[in-house]
Amino acid sequence: MERIPVLRMGSLLLITIQVDMHDKLAMQLQEDVTARIADWGSTGVLIDISSLEIVDSFIGRMLSNIAAMSRVLGAETVVVGMQPAVAITLVELGMSLPGVRTALSVEAGMELLYGAGAGFRTGSDDERDEA
Amino acid sequence: MNDLAEVISRNQDEIRSAWIRDMSQSVQRSDLMSKTELDEQCGTLLSAIVAGARSSGPSEISGPGWAQARELLETISASRARQGFSPTEVATFVLSLKQPLFTAIRRDLTKEQNRLFDTVWAATELLDRLALLTTETFMSAREELISRQQQELLELSTPVVKLWDGILALPIIGTLDSARTQVVMENLLQTVVSTNSKFAIIDITGVPTVDTLVAQHLLKTITAARLMGAECIISGVRPQIAQTIVHLGINLEDVTTRARLSDAFALALKMSGRTVVRQATAAAASSAILAGPLAKLES
Amino acid sequence: MSETRRETLSLKNSNDVVLARQKVRQWSTEMRFTLVDQTKLVTAASELARNTLDHGKGGSMTIEQTGFGARVGIRLIFEDQGPGIPDIEMALKDGFTTGNGMGLGLGGSKRLVNEFAIESEPGKGTRITVIRWK
Repeated sequence: MERIPVLRMGSLLLITIQVDMHDKLAMQLQEDVTARIADWGSTGVLIDISSLEIVDSFIGRMLSNIAAMSRVLGAETVVVGMQPAVAITLVELGMSLPGVRTALSVEAGMELLYGAGAGFRTGSDDERDEA
Repeated sequence: MNDLAEVISRNQDEIRSAWIRDMSQSVQRSDLMSKTELDEQCGTLLSAIVAGARSSGPSEISGPGWAQARELLETISASRARQGFSPTEVATFVLSLKQPLFTAIRRDLTKEQNRLFDTVWAATELLDRLALLTTETFMSAREELISRQQQELLELSTPVVKLWDGILALPIIGTLDSARTQVVMENLLQTVVSTNSKFAIIDITGVPTVDTLVAQHLLKTITAARLMGAECIISGVRPQIAQTIVHLGINLEDVTTRARLSDAFALALKMSGRTVVRQATAAAASSAILAGPLAKLES
Repeated sequence: MSETRRETLSLKNSNDVVLARQKVRQWSTEMRFTLVDQTKLVTAASELARNTLDHGKGGSMTIEQTGFGARVGIRLIFEDQGPGIPDIEMALKDGFTTGNGMGLGLGGSKRLVNEFAIESEPGKGTRITVIRWK
């Protein structure tokens, strides 16, 4: 059965959701994430939903579940890349994704998890580096 | 009930000529439409009316048999709207068909009073409906134009500006209604993503009143941004607005607000881990700047 | 132009929910809805399809084009012969759920569409009709 791949980057787990998920796939993902955290002792989980065009209450619950389960296992979760249309719809739907931290990009997410300088330096147009 | 269809069909040419002939100058508008065009239009319409009346009867014009006549009228109405006819002129175009039609009916059915009456009634009912249809089409074409222009205006009037790397400002000028909020929200969130900006300052200095509805709209925008991973700061809160908000019992606990845009900007800079540093002394600073590039020019 | 486009999908398992989403997406793309309106409608469809499956024990979704002239929209009808909803007003309130998890009730879906109608009789089944205008 197809699964959503869970990649490892040091102590970080990286998950990119690109398909329209059905229930079994979502359940499998929750299982896989918790198994991997236990296997590898991961401390951070980053879920990239920049390709997800629809987040309904089921997916929302899944994200909250993953965050809650990971926390119990000692890992923090950040969801990144939510599309504007999705955010607007979630607000209208009344979903707040409790327990789920969010960031605009993978880099921002990593910064949230591991502090500044953890990810790639994106470089600022407006700032000059101190000599 | 197909008396009507047969009467028209039998006398089609005569009806058409009488229709055009009696059409007042104002409806003909020979400045906008040639005689041949008019003749053709009237002919096609009459045939479509016959077809419609034959298929599903003259009173229910939403049925499939009337599709051709409906489409034709909608096209005529829309094209006349474009050509500059007024809605009255378009409706009169249809209604002026009554007289030649009644004349034909009376001639054909003069011996049968009841059928005569029924057919005249069917005819007037039908033409009233068709005339109203043209008016409706006219209105919806206008409405579409207005809404398209409104949309363009909306998009132009709330630009999102970049204040610094990762910090956006959205100065809102004018009233915030439901439609405008949608556009503003979408525009802001889209820009947040495309510029990867974690902070968005929504400045409401130019918003005349903030009532519960406006506050709700703002809160929706802030919640959506937060869901995406960005933070909003509301600035430009005038003293009167502050009073209104408290009086209305609007809950802004979760919302960061500042009186002035500059305060909000300073806050955003701080929240993004930046400090603004003033150079040692003004004199030292300017000579330092001058020494560089100008020195090169002189040598 | 006078024929109404209509399709009916059965909702028997969770895969059908995905198919229902994709069908609504396909229709709203063809009819050139804005992205946000599409997202709202597809999400509402997902919620209601899931509701038909979970609460109604399976049923169907019918999708059809509605309106004419300048005003066009998509109508979705979700039907099931399930246990029905005893208290519709309660069901429309946020936070209401008969199952586990943070059920949102039907109130959320109602906010995503322009028109929302629900008919339900305990023991007979439920029909929910929604319309999103372009």
